[in-house]
Amino acid sequence: MMLRIDHGRIIDPANGIDRVGSVYIENGKIASVTDEPTGFKADTVIDAENQIVCPGFIDLSTRLRDMGHSRKATFKSEVIAAAAAGVTTLCLQPDTVPVIDTPAVVELIKELAEKAGYPQIYAVGGLTQKLEGTELSSMLSLKQAGCIAVGNANQPVKNLLILRRAMEYAASHDLLLMFRPNDFWLGNNGCAHEGAVATRYGLPSIPEAAETIALAQCLELAELTGCRVHFGQLSCKRSVIKIHQAKKYGLKVSADVAIHQLHLTEKDMTPFDSAYHVLPPLRTEDDKQYLRQGLAGSTINSICSDHQPHDLDAKLGAFPETEPGMSSLETLLPLMLKLVAQHAITLEQGIACLSANPARVLQLSSGALTPGFSADVCIFDPELEWQVNSENWKSQGVNTPFWGQTLKGRVTHTLQAGKIIHRL
Amino acid sequence: MTDNLQLNAEGKLKHFLTIEGLSKSLLTEILDTAESFAGMSEHQVKKVPLLRGKTIVNLFFENSTRTRTTFELAATRLSADVINMNIATSATSKGESLLDTIRNLESMFVDMFVVRHALSGAAHFIAQQTAPHISVINAGDGQHAHPTQAMLDMFTIRQIKKDFSNLRVAIIGDILHSRVARSEIQALNTLGAAEVRVIAPKTLLPAHVESLGVTVSHNLTEGLKDIDVVMMLRLQKERMSSALLPSESEYFKCFGLTEEKLKIAKPDAIVMHPGPINRGVEIDSKVADGPQSVILKQVSNGIAVRMAVMAMAMQAALAPGRSGGIHTVPGDRHAGSLPANGIHTIPGDKSGVA
Repeated sequence: MMLRIDHGRIIDPANGIDRVGSVYIENGKIASVTDEPTGFKADTVIDAENQIVCPGFIDLSTRLRDMGHSRKATFKSEVIAAAAAGVTTLCLQPDTVPVIDTPAVVELIKELAEKAGYPQIYAVGGLTQKLEGTELSSMLSLKQAGCIAVGNANQPVKNLLILRRAMEYAASHDLLLMFRPNDFWLGNNGCAHEGAVATRYGLPSIPEAAETIALAQCLELAELTGCRVHFGQLSCKRSVIKIHQAKKYGLKVSADVAIHQLHLTEKDMTPFDSAYHVLPPLRTEDDKQYLRQGLAGSTINSICSDHQPHDLDAKLGAFPETEPGMSSLETLLPLMLKLVAQHAITLEQGIACLSANPARVLQLSSGALTPGFSADVCIFDPELEWQVNSENWKSQGVNTPFWGQTLKGRVTHTLQAGKIIHRL
Repeated sequence: MTDNLQLNAEGKLKHFLTIEGLSKSLLTEILDTAESFAGMSEHQVKKVPLLRGKTIVNLFFENSTRTRTTFELAATRLSADVINMNIATSATSKGESLLDTIRNLESMFVDMFVVRHALSGAAHFIAQQTAPHISVINAGDGQHAHPTQAMLDMFTIRQIKKDFSNLRVAIIGDILHSRVARSEIQALNTLGAAEVRVIAPKTLLPAHVESLGVTVSHNLTEGLKDIDVVMMLRLQKERMSSALLPSESEYFKCFGLTEEKLKIAKPDAIVMHPGPINRGVEIDSKVADGPQSVILKQVSNGIAVRMAVMAMAMQAALAPGRSGGIHTVPGDRHAGSLPANGIHTIPGDKSGVA
């Protein structure tokens, strides 16, 4: 099978490419960019005129639900949404039902992933058994079963001694820790940012310190244990400062931010609208600007969707009792492009944050259009406007505050290992 | 973020969920309407037929005696049929969702929900979800709002002090967890009080409390200077177990209102409390029962204010052409002083009372 993508503007940050030309794909792998390989005869040609051709997106934090949460969404519904979003690789957080803490569950996920067909789904194994934060999971077995990293999702680790040991053990097996910093006690079952808006609406609130203290502790332990740590879904200014200092100091850490944190603040919340209920909570304009600067200055190297589809019931109730999270795969690209349009980052940076950089975090040979790499490609029209409505939306979860809005930028084709998995 | 959800197309109060977003003239309208009901309680026949044929459901997901009783009395005096639902011990404890409870009651053709719930935003949620002809009155949601309590306090203040513009009001105690405090602050600021001061230790103040439009003091002795109205808040016992305060006695020592401390405020200062009071914890009995206390006046004013809000909301909820649903009383001598919304009462005129 040979496939050629013509006339597109090819942006491949890992290889420093930004030019109009053709991409050649043979047997599911990138054969060449720009120069036609000898004897190449395309079976399929995609015309990408006025479109951008880039590596398929790698999402560091996704929930596909299914199994015990199939009323919220299924692998089947969400992989279609992922493909429509240009995502070719994603990391499944371990707080599934049942929790990803044994090789058996990893096998079950691999089976579900295989049935769904695409994209590439990697499981993040639980750091502790049942994510209860008290006993170490069988991390080596999880790694051997295929887990790409370990983490405790949004669940707390009971104390720092257990976290230290878990990190030492993970480091022994060269496992990456994906850590969402949040001090459970300081979080105090809050559902909104501790600021003027939560005060006005009487909402139980979460201070920045819940994040920054947990982050600072984990940074100390990263140095002590030598564990590789990736910090997920940062939400505030002081987290960006702390990561910047740690990197300057020489710690091998990385960080991502969920796309909605780069656009929304506490002030955007319509009163008690559960679509805005996310964890970590939407914070202030100042935090948002720092997160954007962190991205521009590479302190934060990746953008994730933090996709969390919900059933309608999960979001119907008084704000504090609704479940947190947004369905956010399909708004990932248009919201990234909005950052570019607002001059927060360059287009090349935006694409790198969704491909080359997360690939580096996961130590994957992907996220680039390098000859020999799996032909995971995203082709999008940066000018195409579309409305977020039931006609265009693929995810089973419609829990997005962008519902009804017109967004700019849409994926026209997604290729996974050379196979077209999405075509608009 | 204005709350248009509360108003109908004509800008009339359809749901009463929060003070926020309501104009000074609307709050004044509530006070004026309440005034017309206020004298009624002392009459032998305490009913007007304004809400005859209407069904009001008191939907209390949290226990309450005083608030529920005054709402019930208010509804009864407006001639409505009242159903009390104590949900804290019924359906939701069987796993029924808030929405299902509402849907079920809706199917019984009710006209108004009076809602109390432990979570902030519950009344908003119900107002958003319920059928368009139903009015929702917030009788306290989580830490968010308790607008009828605020209005009955405004009513009491206006009765005594006449005007808000020169008033300095101190709110003392657990501001952090208090829906009453939030609504009082908004009402006082909307009605143009000169100053709203909150007095509490930092553990009982929410972050960025100044953003609510208040000045802050952590010291009762200093904070009471020049104060015209002292509003005490109830201190819940669980604040001690959650490490917000060391002990009741230390709290009383620092923030308890005694006769001696009250002397620091203006000599004609009034003392208020939304109840139920903890004697010897936030307030000394001598003050609670003393000459400056208006605590029991607040309770009786609660009925008139709730009658006013219910009558106004029911009127606004009726679709145009259905306004005949509210009965006007012939021979109303006070019509001129009442809002032109078809709600008329006739204090002192027994002939028109059903």
